Amino acid sequence: MLILTCPYCGVKGEETEFHSGGEAHLKRFGPGSSDADFEQYLFMRENPKGVHLERWRHANGCGKWFHAARCTVTLEVFGTYSAQTTEPPQHIRDAISARRPGWTWREFS
Amino acid sequence: MSTRLSSGGRLVNRGKAVEFTFNGRRLKGYEGDTLASALLAGGQMMVGRSFKYHRPRGLVASGAEEPNALVNLGEGGRFEPNQRATTTELFDGLTCTSQNHWPSLEFDIGAINNKLARVLPAGFYYKTFMAPRAAWKYLFEPIVRHSAGLGRAPKDRDADRYEHFYAFVDVVVIGGGIAGLQAAKAAGAGGAKVLLMEQTPHWGGRAPVDGGEVGGMAAGDHVTTLVNDLKAMPNVTMRTRMMGAGVYDHGYVLGYERVRDHAPDTPGPRHRLWRIRAGRIVTATGAIERPLSFAGNDVPGVMLASAMRDYLVDYGVSPGDRTVVVTNNDDAYRTAIALKHAGLEVPVVLDARAAGGGALAEEARGLGIRVATGKGIAKVKGGKRVTGVSICLQEGEGAALEEIKCDAVAMSGGWSPVVHLWSHCGGKLIWDDMQAHFRPDADRPPLGADGAGFVIAAGAGNGAMDLRAILADATGAGTAAAQETGHAGGETPVPEVAAQPEAAMMPVWLMPQGAGPDLRMKAWLDYQNDVKVSDVMLAAQEGYESVEHTKRYTTLGMATDQGKLSNINGLATLASQLNAPIPSVGTTTFRPPYTPISMGAIAGEARAEVFQPLRRTPIHDWHEAQGAHFEPVGQWRRPYCFPRGGESHAEAVRREIDQTRGSLGILDASTLGKIIVTGPDAPKFMDMLYTNMMSSLKPGKCRYGLMCNENGFLMDDGVVARLDEETFLVHTTTGGAEHIHGHMEEWLQTEWWDWKVYTANVTEQFVQIGVVGPNARKLLDKLGGMDVSKEAMAFMEWKDGTLGGFDARVFRISFSGELSFEIAVAASVGRAFWDTLLEAGEEFGITPYGTEALHVMRAEKGFIMIGDETDGTVIPQDLGLGWAISKKKEDYLGKRAQTRPHMADPERWKLVGLETLDGSVIPDGAYAVAGGHNANGQRSTQGRVTSTYHSPTLGRGIAMALVHRGPDRMGEVIEIAKLDGSTVSAKIVSPVFYDPEGEKQNV
Repeated sequence: MLILTCPYCGVKGEETEFHSGGEAHLKRFGPGSSDADFEQYLFMRENPKGVHLERWRHANGCGKWFHAARCTVTLEVFGTYSAQTTEPPQHIRDAISARRPGWTWREFS
Repeated sequence: MSTRLSSGGRLVNRGKAVEFTFNGRRLKGYEGDTLASALLAGGQMMVGRSFKYHRPRGLVASGAEEPNALVNLGEGGRFEPNQRATTTELFDGLTCTSQNHWPSLEFDIGAINNKLARVLPAGFYYKTFMAPRAAWKYLFEPIVRHSAGLGRAPKDRDADRYEHFYAFVDVVVIGGGIAGLQAAKAAGAGGAKVLLMEQTPHWGGRAPVDGGEVGGMAAGDHVTTLVNDLKAMPNVTMRTRMMGAGVYDHGYVLGYERVRDHAPDTPGPRHRLWRIRAGRIVTATGAIERPLSFAGNDVPGVMLASAMRDYLVDYGVSPGDRTVVVTNNDDAYRTAIALKHAGLEVPVVLDARAAGGGALAEEARGLGIRVATGKGIAKVKGGKRVTGVSICLQEGEGAALEEIKCDAVAMSGGWSPVVHLWSHCGGKLIWDDMQAHFRPDADRPPLGADGAGFVIAAGAGNGAMDLRAILADATGAGTAAAQETGHAGGETPVPEVAAQPEAAMMPVWLMPQGAGPDLRMKAWLDYQNDVKVSDVMLAAQEGYESVEHTKRYTTLGMATDQGKLSNINGLATLASQLNAPIPSVGTTTFRPPYTPISMGAIAGEARAEVFQPLRRTPIHDWHEAQGAHFEPVGQWRRPYCFPRGGESHAEAVRREIDQTRGSLGILDASTLGKIIVTGPDAPKFMDMLYTNMMSSLKPGKCRYGLMCNENGFLMDDGVVARLDEETFLVHTTTGGAEHIHGHMEEWLQTEWWDWKVYTANVTEQFVQIGVVGPNARKLLDKLGGMDVSKEAMAFMEWKDGTLGGFDARVFRISFSGELSFEIAVAASVGRAFWDTLLEAGEEFGITPYGTEALHVMRAEKGFIMIGDETDGTVIPQDLGLGWAISKKKEDYLGKRAQTRPHMADPERWKLVGLETLDGSVIPDGAYAVAGGHNANGQRSTQGRVTSTYHSPTLGRGIAMALVHRGPDRMGEVIEIAKLDGSTVSAKIVSPVFYDPEGEKQNV
């Protein structure tokens, strides 16, 4: 039962208020894309032991999607941030670096 | 024989007798007894039979760790199996029976297994799998099934009430022993909001029994002082009879409060499940004494030394007249001393340590008790009761030096901290060589959302084994918990404790250390699951090196007590057999709950009518009043049909269809999802959502559309109406409204967040009523207010207006193939409008119809139903819906996926109609069989039935099916398997069975 803070409404809520939405920062590939790109987009996922960037929705709350930076081993939450971004913002990267120096996740670090 | 002493027993009220029955025998106890202490007082040492060998078993422990004394408690709606007698408080009228024997506890046929022990070794169950298949089926399975399971499953509905309770506190302290009380005091003094819970009805834990001196007074008196101090603190909540059941992520704790198990006739819930969120959790869970592994350590009368002391001091119960004490540590001398003080005989204390014990041993000697050092028990004599022991050298192989008659044995193999709650959420353990136990590693606690540890172990639960260390540790834990939750108030001093020096304990994992196979076969590790030292050794010999594998192979620690008593003994046995140090073998995983909690508590109030919310349309009451037969659709209840008089459901459905197709039907379609999609970018967004072109839809028009997910699979369908240039009204399936709205929001918020689109789920704002049949237009004309003529309102158009004085939006759409209007009015006037329609339609024989008539009529027309024709693996192309897929659009959700080779494969199963040659109805979900068999020996298939009904209109069975290359095989006859193994022949036809030209609806 995680505790997450919704960056939109500011509510610090129980996990039951939220729905997990899988990996964050997927780049959509549509018609005309190569099989490799489409496979990557539709099926291939990170499965990290450590820092992970995820999508969550405040389903039983304000209804907004957001992103969370989290450690899959210790369940530490480094921060939550807007879903309207294609990459983790600097303050989130800094918060992760402060706790997990040298972290990398996909092309981010 | 165990009996009640004439005096003593600090927890019982001798002034109030309580009657109960055990196996039908009437017994008497006192108020304050546990069922276990009352049974012992009544001379009932033997309380059950063991799981596998049906050996007679007696009480071993006095608390939650008890493995043997499981009883069937109560009767009827209050019957519950596997209740521990040691944690069951006695009440007047309690009834219980012992388990796992036939025909009786005293004489049990199953005890033959005991004689067969040599052929029922570790992994017996798994080994039976390796025998020939027939042996498993006819020989082993019946035996295993017959003997499986402890107790009986309840058959009646639970007569009691349960509830959930939510709490948010700074600090939870689990365990109300002297450490928990002290930690709660320190945390409370710091200013934190504290919840302190204790699983038993009493505060103080072992301290009042074990003695010692704190702040110049007896430990028991100090407990009273602490409790009074805490009661005076407004920021501290104290609950007894409440167990910390589990610790979960980020400071979530489950508390299991047994509100009135001890007083079943008082009002209120039986159990209350506390769902607690805490900043810090202090686990002051104490320690559990370990048994020693010697032959016959399971004979009734052999008990933990600490348990024997509890029965004596707390309940005034003597376990026997002559008790031999056997130990590897000083603590057991307390039992010898207590027995002697109570006037009972202790013929000898066998101390496995060659050097013997410390001050406590001296005190025992001073009382005239014989102490033999370097000695142990070779074998316990007796079957249903201890009759004596033979003594041997601990360092030998078990040659009897002496035999001593006795009727009880008190054993102590050292103490294991209760680390369960610390470990539930990932707290790590370290091995303590001095005490030979695992204890919490303070450097590796479970971590919270902020990355800091959120559990702090305290007292004996943290490996502090003497009173002085316990109180110092608990004070530190409580203070730290307050500080870490932002409360740095008053300091709590550590009380002065008189020193109680003890000699070091010595690990003893087998007694005697060189015990041969015959002795090892009778030395029990796991009492409840009947696992012996020899079983773990065999597992190691057979290659089971991982402790988790050994656990499952031998079933060590897998019973309802989860190995609380002797898992460490098992691990140590495995380690010695593998020649590995104990810490490298490690422990098995500790999982919640700490002890089993009731299913009722887990369910709480969520049962029967309030199991889940029920959604009702504004017309629901009318349906109910008509005696509608309901079916669940999502959280809605929709009328399946409206039987009249003595009609069967099938007859009602037939009448509803006949009347609708013949004259006029009416349907409550309010549950259909209604979502508004509006904004400058709404047309663009609608084009992405639907496979069709929606941006080209003109205001005033409707279009049937298909929605796919990004995998290309069909997820929902429905009619879209364009309200204005920027606004669409999306109709979804009944079950789809919420998740389709979520699907829209997901894409808008996470992919196209720069698009100006707003969505709103308005499903419950409108009542929508289908007016269906050849007389539909006549009815609306009669109401008046709108021109719904063919010229004014063509098929697939909608208009706002008034009907019979009601503001209404009328859609001319059809899901039945008839002339049909769907009329939406505000939910608040929905019922009035429904009544108006019924009244005005009387002259046309207006007939309300339910979902089954709707299904049959749509199947007659070959319309698909999401969830029937689709199952998450079906694409629109499979269903002949290629016409609803835009070729012009560059993109829509699912388009790329539908170009994958297997999606475009002509070999896919595709939608067709089926007509049985004999006119019968094909069973639901039946498969079309092909020649030959697959790798599993099952008949090969070439399709499956997705919808199947009796069509009253056609007077025969009709079906829709997905069939291999179906549309290319029109007219072919295929075989459909029936439940009895036979087949029915069916011809492949068009799925549109009725009015293929659409003449009925275009009028």
